[in-house]
Amino acid sequence: MSFKNILENFSYYRRDAEDGGHHEYDHRFGMTIDLDICTGCNSCSTACYAENNLAVVGKERFEKGQAMHWMRVERYWDNIEGDYAEEGAKFLPMLCQNCGAATCEPVCPVAATYHTPDGLNAQVYNRCIGSRYCSNNCPFRVRYFNFWSYYEDSWPEPLNMQLNPDLSVRDKGVMEKCTFCIQRIRTAKDKAQREERVMADGDVVTACAQACPTGAIVFGDTMDPDSRVSKLWEKHQVHRGPFLQKKDKTNEEIRGYRIFDELNVDPSILYLERVRDTEV
Amino acid sequence: MSQVIEDKVIDEKLEWSRINADVIASMQAPRKAYWITVFVCLTMFLCAIAAEIYQYKMGLGAAGLNNPHMWDMYIATFVFWIGMSHAGTLLSAILHIIHAQWRKPIYRFAEAMTTFSLMTAGFFPMIHLGRVWNLYWVLPYVSDRGIWPNFRSPLVWDAFAISTYLSSSALFLFIGMIPDMAILRDHTTGWRKKLYGILCLGWRGDDRQWRNFRRTYMLLACFLIPLAISVHSIVSSDFAMSIMPGWHVTTFPPYFVAGALYSGCAAIMTLFVCLRYFFRMEEYMTLNIMEKTTKLTFAIAMVWTYLNLIEFSATWYGHNIYDKEVLIAKATGPYAGVFWTMIFCGMVVPFTLCFQKLRRHMPTMFVISILLNLGMYVERWMIVAPTLAQAHSPHQWDVLWGSVIQWAIVFGSFGWFGLLFLVFVKLFPCVSMYEVKELCFHLKHEIHEEELAKKHAATKAAGKAEEGSGGRAPGTPGLEGA
Repeated sequence: MSFKNILENFSYYRRDAEDGGHHEYDHRFGMTIDLDICTGCNSCSTACYAENNLAVVGKERFEKGQAMHWMRVERYWDNIEGDYAEEGAKFLPMLCQNCGAATCEPVCPVAATYHTPDGLNAQVYNRCIGSRYCSNNCPFRVRYFNFWSYYEDSWPEPLNMQLNPDLSVRDKGVMEKCTFCIQRIRTAKDKAQREERVMADGDVVTACAQACPTGAIVFGDTMDPDSRVSKLWEKHQVHRGPFLQKKDKTNEEIRGYRIFDELNVDPSILYLERVRDTEV
Repeated sequence: MSQVIEDKVIDEKLEWSRINADVIASMQAPRKAYWITVFVCLTMFLCAIAAEIYQYKMGLGAAGLNNPHMWDMYIATFVFWIGMSHAGTLLSAILHIIHAQWRKPIYRFAEAMTTFSLMTAGFFPMIHLGRVWNLYWVLPYVSDRGIWPNFRSPLVWDAFAISTYLSSSALFLFIGMIPDMAILRDHTTGWRKKLYGILCLGWRGDDRQWRNFRRTYMLLACFLIPLAISVHSIVSSDFAMSIMPGWHVTTFPPYFVAGALYSGCAAIMTLFVCLRYFFRMEEYMTLNIMEKTTKLTFAIAMVWTYLNLIEFSATWYGHNIYDKEVLIAKATGPYAGVFWTMIFCGMVVPFTLCFQKLRRHMPTMFVISILLNLGMYVERWMIVAPTLAQAHSPHQWDVLWGSVIQWAIVFGSFGWFGLLFLVFVKLFPCVSMYEVKELCFHLKHEIHEEELAKKHAATKAAGKAEEGSGGRAPGTPGLEGA
């Protein structure tokens, strides 16, 4: 059965091996996060906890580094010695970049993480055996492992009623990460199919994008040239693809960049640089 | 008498019946230290079992792992044990092929060490899995859903490589023991006789059996050498295939193989000293053999040092900022103490092996070999931990020292290995009887031939160049069999 499959589709699988970033996409979901209007309020993170049944691990485990925040807001300061409050932190909402040439995918021994035709890194919880190689190979460190059976004390009665029925609650020994709210994508796809139309921009909004009070997060299909997100990518002269990109550096309007672009992992998230006039 | 033993690989005048008697005696009445070691190992092993049960029930948080440190000492220990297994193959297969005679009295326990350290190593990928009960998913078994493992993943290669290596080295160990089993069958009584009777597979020692035996043994040896090299190369690709700074290193496969042989040789030295003492093997595990082993260790240590320095300099001059930062953090960061321990134990301590007096002093060799292996263990940990502590994303930098559970399991693995090994040497001959006999036989003939040659030369000098004929050249092959 499976051997036959391999023999019949050999050239197909071969092409996949020869061209690392090669995938055939129906959609290619991407995101833009404008750091200039991000206030670091953490509502994206909160929304993610609510939407994706993320376990609340408690203070002790959080300090140990065992938190499960798929969407985390990182804080950076330019000058460590200076006055923190005066200068203000720089915020960087960090989530799974759903890379086109994801480093987590080839290393999983059981192929629990793979690339979907939607351009997502899917994580199959039921298939995961918890070797944690994917997380080790992720430069962004955005994969979270269930070190304990968090569900046992994360949602004491009646908080268990808030759990989202659209996706599972994970037990110990399983890796998880941001899925770009795959349950919402599925729902929107089904809806579009029922209404016999193609998915339009705005059909899918991730929980973080929905919750962002300043609208810093824009989510959409980067393959759809009319979507807001692909217009932003185009405006900031960043293209999908694993290779370093040339940009017009003289134009100050262009402030798009992808984190760790030099590693050629083709992240799906475009960050827009923060601009501050220090004299203000 | 001691002088004679010290100068030769083995005293060639050992009678065959005495070899039999000595080795069989070693399996019956060891020193008290043996039983103390067994007890210590058992205690360590039981602690690890308790820790593992707790970890299995609670999840890997019990091991104290966290987000940047998804792997820690489990993986380091895994690499360490895999590495240890390589020296056995070196001694029994590589030295067999190049006809290094001195390996014969000590290769048996080295080969056993290979098998048992692999059996220890094999546990670690399992222990470190989040969902151990689904372990078999990494094997390409026939699934009704047509699901395959991911053949691109080095962890899958690991599964193949280790299981192949384990089964073939166990087979090699067993086949090498068959003639000895027959000797034991003839010299023991009771359940032992029954056991060896089954295990010797009807060995009678006739010509045809010896010929087949030699051929099989040689074939397996040839099979095992590339396998051993490839196994550790594959283990190194667990790291080298990733993109992490400090892991993504091209020289990792040879570096790992050299490190493996290094720690394995050091372990052979440790076990050499222990067995020599436990079983009163002074006449078989001679100082001469120890000296040769230490010389081999020294050579490998230098290869390892060289490859290590190459790695450092490649990182330094490569100007990859992530790699360089990790290297600097290793030497100056929170793990600096461990790093310099590695440098000291792995690169400086081996120079003590240059001194003959030290090489011939067993307690010193014991301490030095332990130090070398400490250095090698720490080296593995220095590969795993600092990279994870300071990888690409600065938000996720963290320093981690494993939890009690993790330490218990790591220590327990030494207990498990010790138990397996000690039970083995009590049940099976740790010195290969038939090969020691062979060695004595060869030595006798070599000496005889040397004497002949000397005599010949003397007569030649005296008898004014008679027509040069007679005396066979020394070291002529043709004396096969025991």
